[in-house]
Amino acid sequence: MRSISFGQATVEATAAAMREDETVVVTGEDIGWGGNFGQFKGLLEEFGPKRVVDMPISEALILGSAVGAAVTGLRPVASLSFVEFTMGAMDEIINQAAKFRYMFGGQVSVPMVVRASDGVLRSSGAQHSESFEAFFSHMPGLKVVAPSNPADAKGLLRSAIDDDDPVIYLENKKITFRRGPVPEEDYRTALGEAAIAREGSDVSLITYSVMTQHALEAAQVLLEDHSIEAEVVDLRSLVPLDMESVLRSVAKTRRAVVCHEAWTFGGFGGEIASQINEHLFGELVAPVLRVGAQSAPIAFSPPLERALVPEASEVVQAVLRTLKP
Amino acid sequence: MAVDFKDRESSLEAYRQLLLIRIFEETLEDLFGKGKIPGFVHTYIGQEAIAVGVCSNLRSDDYVTSTHRGHGHAIAKGIDLNGLMAEVFGKVTGICKGRGGSMHVADFSKGILGANGIVAAGTVIAAGAGLSIQSREQDQVVVCFFGDGGINKGTVHEAMNFCSVKRLPVVFVCENNQYAQFTSRKLTTSVSDLSKRGAAYGMSTASLDGNNVVEVAEVSKKAIDDARNGLGPTLVVADTYRFGGHYVGDPQAYRSEDEVSKSRTRDPLLLFEKHLESQGLVDRDQLELEKVAITELVDEAVSFAERSDYPEVHSATDYVFTDRIEGS
Ligand SMILES: Cc1ncc(C[n+]2csc(CCOP(=O)(O)OP(=O)(O)O)c2C)c(N)n1
Ligand SMILES: [Mg+2]
Repeated sequence: MRSISFGQATVEATAAAMREDETVVVTGEDIGWGGNFGQFKGLLEEFGPKRVVDMPISEALILGSAVGAAVTGLRPVASLSFVEFTMGAMDEIINQAAKFRYMFGGQVSVPMVVRASDGVLRSSGAQHSESFEAFFSHMPGLKVVAPSNPADAKGLLRSAIDDDDPVIYLENKKITFRRGPVPEEDYRTALGEAAIAREGSDVSLITYSVMTQHALEAAQVLLEDHSIEAEVVDLRSLVPLDMESVLRSVAKTRRAVVCHEAWTFGGFGGEIASQINEHLFGELVAPVLRVGAQSAPIAFSPPLERALVPEASEVVQAVLRTLKP
Repeated sequence: MAVDFKDRESSLEAYRQLLLIRIFEETLEDLFGKGKIPGFVHTYIGQEAIAVGVCSNLRSDDYVTSTHRGHGHAIAKGIDLNGLMAEVFGKVTGICKGRGGSMHVADFSKGILGANGIVAAGTVIAAGAGLSIQSREQDQVVVCFFGDGGINKGTVHEAMNFCSVKRLPVVFVCENNQYAQFTSRKLTTSVSDLSKRGAAYGMSTASLDGNNVVEVAEVSKKAIDDARNGLGPTLVVADTYRFGGHYVGDPQAYRSEDEVSKSRTRDPLLLFEKHLESQGLVDRDQLELEKVAITELVDEAVSFAERSDYPEVHSATDYVFTDRIEGS
């Protein structure tokens, strides 16, 4: 199979959706020029400026107008190049997009996608390096998607655009340029279905987004250096959450480490750990551990940035702790 | 203090500032190319006359808020050069101890309230600094630098309205360099005369040639004096052009080489050199001597940064709170 980047895979999904449904429009800053990460390359040329709309630097407008367009017949895909910029439009996401359907008694749905790049990338500094999925998944009414590889990126975005509810689609910067096998045809990957990225019997690594890649690296190290068979469960979407797959895996391995790049404290990993405890308390042979960032804004200086944010070696350490208490 | 453009020493000082920013940033471009600087670097090359002209009218206890393109503002407001360079390298001797980087340089002791990675974030912060000055009954002034892309952000409008209604001592300086990242201003902005945005909020406005340091200094002096004297805010629109890409390494497919080279004929540094020579204030040899001296300063800052250490890994969570909180 051919290999393309995460960014290119999302262009294919967007173009397919736009060809199939003319109510799909794309809005955001600099998208006419392809976007900061090439996620919109070629769309303006194919679909023209009525459907690929270059927006001013007005995040509240970009997300607020997506809500307005979504309840009046369009399916907007609104893009912010860095997830930190959603903070200038949290009212539009939290108070508007998430609540419209419920608050107005189910009269309307809000079929919009918010695309935003998150995570650490080579010292981008405190305002361009973070991961906010915990904020979004905390709010009822928002779906949250965080793919870990190009093939899922394509299929999940296609489903997100199809979805009748607001979907926050988080694309990690570190993996945006990474390539992977992606089918050429148009396809959808359902939201709410985790993938077993690697099978194993000794411990379950529950993860998503870039940390799936680090967990897979860790699993290889664990096998080679410690003869430990780790299973990697890639959630792919946080809301809806495929807890069944998580519980099935942990029931088998009886040990779990939940991994994400976002801060550990108050992070999404706490939700997973808690649900595992609620369902499998008697069967666990070790406490569920979490791997995430230390509690600080992400520093610029390379050694500090690395110290704050986990990679494969932190996952390996956590697994060893669950095995040798 | 205000430049006396009839005076040789005073004019030379302004020239040195322009040069310092230029040479500092050309050096950064070079270092970035060699992989010595982490992260991203946004250069101010071509726009130096704005920071230098405006800040020449400021006292050291006045404030500035800045942008992602902030080295020039910081230098013109008097940031320590070694600390600035070391910060861009991510070293512990940096002005923000390596936590901030290029996009977040600040020196609160000099009134530099921070370069900022969030477009137009400085506008509302400037409003708050203005409120603080008014409440403390001081005669300080805040200058808020922001871009022609930033002018469409809601915070700009909220800040201008509030500063105008309260007559706060804030001068908004919009650096109109024609682009926001890769997108031409014309595509996203409803008016071509950006000063109309200030008029809408009942503010004084001024438009000027941002590449002419004499004009920048003279026009902004009035705005700054007005602010200091309780006459309220002004929106100053300074027309200019960004010689480099949005960031160092930007392939710049969105504009023609012709457009860039045409703009270079209006290089603020060359324009000021011509002015100095034609007024008989300084000769060529003197200008060359200045270049040598400033280059030495910048080279010294680079070697200071290179000699410095990175922060200790165990200090990664220092400075989150004023008093450390454990267990979170
Ligand atoms: C709130 C926010 N939105 C978007 C961005 C991404 N971004 C960084 S610089 C920039 C363009 C800013 O243009 P302008 O204000 O004209 O400043 P210039 O870069 O031209 O100096 C954009 C869109 C950001 N940093 N912050
Ligand atoms: Mg600009």
